[in-house]
Amino acid sequence: MNWYEFLLRNPHEVFARTLEHIGLVGASMAIALAIGLPVGVALVRRAALRRWVLGAANIVQTIPSLALFGFLIPVPWIGGVGASTAIVALSLYALLPILQNTCTGIMEVDPAVVESARGMGMTPRQVLWQVQMPLAAPVMIAGIRVATVISIGVTTIAAAIGAGGLGVFIFRGVAMVNNQVILAGAIPAAFLAIAADLALGFLGRSIARR
Amino acid sequence: MPLLTDRLQNSYGLEFREVDYRLPSGAALLSGLNLKIARGETLILLGRSGSGKTTTLKLVNRLLEPTAGEILVAGRSNGSWDPIELRRKIGYVIQDAGLFPHWTVERNVGLVPTLEGWPAEKIRARTQEVLSLVGLSPSQFAGRRSSELSGGQRQRVGVARALAADPPILLMDEPFGALDPVTRAGLQKEFRALAMRLQKTIVFVTHDVREALFLGTRIALLETGRLVGIYAPADFLKAREPEARAFAASLETDGGHEEAR
Repeated sequence: MNWYEFLLRNPHEVFARTLEHIGLVGASMAIALAIGLPVGVALVRRAALRRWVLGAANIVQTIPSLALFGFLIPVPWIGGVGASTAIVALSLYALLPILQNTCTGIMEVDPAVVESARGMGMTPRQVLWQVQMPLAAPVMIAGIRVATVISIGVTTIAAAIGAGGLGVFIFRGVAMVNNQVILAGAIPAAFLAIAADLALGFLGRSIARR
Repeated sequence: MPLLTDRLQNSYGLEFREVDYRLPSGAALLSGLNLKIARGETLILLGRSGSGKTTTLKLVNRLLEPTAGEILVAGRSNGSWDPIELRRKIGYVIQDAGLFPHWTVERNVGLVPTLEGWPAEKIRARTQEVLSLVGLSPSQFAGRRSSELSGGQRQRVGVARALAADPPILLMDEPFGALDPVTRAGLQKEFRALAMRLQKTIVFVTHDVREALFLGTRIALLETGRLVGIYAPADFLKAREPEARAFAASLETDGGHEEAR
């Protein structure tokens, strides 16, 4: 049986797993954005703290994903087997590119532009929202794009702790020593990643053009 | 606010009283500055890099706060104005103009009026007025982005933006510093005429003696954070202070240098 025959014969399960996958990525990205964007903005003016926070996020990034899922299982509140643990781990992974690109994007805005904005009498809030954020947006979106693509890939491993998603097929295929079943999980996941990448790339370009 | 404008119009422009500015490390960028700037004059702050010219300028609109002494704007310590309100009453032009690249020329020029909540019709009219004032045709330039402008045009827009809300004081930090000599000479000439017409109190930072002599009603010479002297342009070349002589001497060698560039 070919991988696409597998997909055609099990449309309901494939559909359900894909939705699960998108749900895991969506939830973890939402959390990572809700934390990463404001913290990234706040870190711009705090150089010492920025090194620590980015360093910590960097270390999280280096933990192998399977290990991170495993570490989180015994943690009270967030831990346990299932989707919530996976979402926490995935959010942690997505944090670094979002934090980093938010900081860098804002810091790379031409200092002359920011100085003239302040000098003309814009309040700090107006400088942030009307000048720094729009000019940093392409870099910030590039970070979100990287985080989303990483997240779609890492989410396949979340099946190992019972979170569901397209990884379920991959692990089943590994257990059955059946490459076609592995591909039935891997190929749709790859397509999701490509689609997300293209969509966010388009969003980035249309914002840059605006 | 009308109150501030009235006060500015009824008194002289600016005064520095025993102003020091030190970095947190203790290094003094400006020490014991005493300086009075009359209403309607163009005072040049002349000096080498690191002499404290830009620091002096930024103390006026409170982009920097003095570590000692006070700066009077319209006879009142500028520390007592709200910094945002103060800055909207003081035009500010810097090198490279600092235009917002994601906004059109029209929106850039209308910045302060927009912040001040003027009605849209009035902003549009005023934008067109100041663009014409700096020699840019509104119909041709209003819709452009700063990336579609030459260096000289960008600087004109910068001046238009500073003039838009009709502030009584203009601060200019080497506004023509990054331009080629031909464009710079043209803008200097136009700017001098404009300054005479508008009767603003202008503080103009430069390290170019030629520009200082051409534009200034008076020249304040700074050296490593201290005021060397204040001169009328006619007296500057005759001044005996070593720093003034150094600048005068640079003028003599400058001719060949300028052509070589």
